[in-house]
Amino acid sequence: MKYLSEYRDASVALKMADRIKATSQKPARFMEVCGTHTVAIFKYGIREVLPEHVALISGPGCPVCVTAARDIDKALKLAQIPGVIVTTFGDMIRVPGSKSSLQHEKSLGADVRMVYSTMDALEIARQHPEKKVVFLGVGFETTAPTIAAAVVAAEVEGIKNFSVLSSHKLLPPAMDALLSGGELDVSGFICPGHVTTVIGTASYELVAANYHTPCVVVGFEPLDILQGISMLVSQIEAGEARVEIQYRRAVAPEGNVNAMKTLFRVFEPCDAPWRGLGVIPKSGLALREAYRSFDADALFDLEVPDCPEPPGCKCGDILRGVKTPKECKLFQTVCTPENPVGPCMVSSEGTCAAYYKYSQF
Amino acid sequence: MCVAAPMKVIEVEGDTIRAELAGVTKDARLDIVDERPEVGDYVIIHAGFALHRIDPEEARITLELWKEMGVIDEIPE
Repeated sequence: MKYLSEYRDASVALKMADRIKATSQKPARFMEVCGTHTVAIFKYGIREVLPEHVALISGPGCPVCVTAARDIDKALKLAQIPGVIVTTFGDMIRVPGSKSSLQHEKSLGADVRMVYSTMDALEIARQHPEKKVVFLGVGFETTAPTIAAAVVAAEVEGIKNFSVLSSHKLLPPAMDALLSGGELDVSGFICPGHVTTVIGTASYELVAANYHTPCVVVGFEPLDILQGISMLVSQIEAGEARVEIQYRRAVAPEGNVNAMKTLFRVFEPCDAPWRGLGVIPKSGLALREAYRSFDADALFDLEVPDCPEPPGCKCGDILRGVKTPKECKLFQTVCTPENPVGPCMVSSEGTCAAYYKYSQF
Repeated sequence: MCVAAPMKVIEVEGDTIRAELAGVTKDARLDIVDERPEVGDYVIIHAGFALHRIDPEEARITLELWKEMGVIDEIPE
């Protein structure tokens, strides 16, 4: 087994789609809360093979997109401090804050560097002991343990010029907030594969039980997604709301205990602002007191004023799953991947960027 | 951002591995992996860290389920 080609076989996929058509009677709306799912669903044309009464909607699954404009402004302020090197994953560079973007600051002379891993940021800190190297911690539970591991490595090695500006987010509190808000019409969740590799399935049990909403943890290949939808459809038809794992090869019910231990050694849950969703209690990650010397928020003065969303931008409604990009007047007119207005058009995993790339044909 | 593909481990040295997928190799650290992989195992790598050793038995169970569902005739080797 190669763990790839088996899950991409078109003839098997069509049989799986036929099975969904044969079993699905009730109308259903399934939400994915992972940007990689958003892109995969478009890329493999999953919507096209589903019955008309089964709809797929995108939620707040793109980490860059859910980062509050205020947090982007803090990163911009950081980039303007002399002697600071800002390191980040690629997608963050182009996201507009209230007045500028990291890309723009870079063009004005700020030292902003794109890295593949936090360990690359740590290497930059080793090479430039005279500079302060800050990593922009953006991402969900898949990414946060890798940032925590880098902080631990910096502590062990005694690297003093490395810190993290944490905008990390936790997904289950956002799923709860979406459902408790009452405006979202959703019959089941396509739960994020690799987030669940880390956190395990326990937190979905509450979502399934409290809101009678089935949750299936799904992988990212076309057959994973179709099988996951088939499992959700079976639950809907039977009137059930359980937590199931489709992505068994990568997800154990208990998650990755080692990664969670590292994550919570360095971080603790905090209330956090989400773009479009507002402040959600205990949905973010802040560095613990013991790691204050690695916390950019404590090391630098990063106070910024509240900033409004760009006029006309519907990113907030899109992230809550209550509007699609096509219902935004800016989509494809003023807001394009070349000149993005909102973050959902910037990130390759953003809902607007995915609609723009795949749904014009 | 959570893109993470299964890669085959071709080298293990101390706390790092080298893994390969379709001719592309990547190094990854083992700090936060759930189960230490050996050469020949498949792992999920994310942002320079191995996260998970893929369990062949669990993968097989999924394919057996497909057979039961009637979407495949034989389980691939």
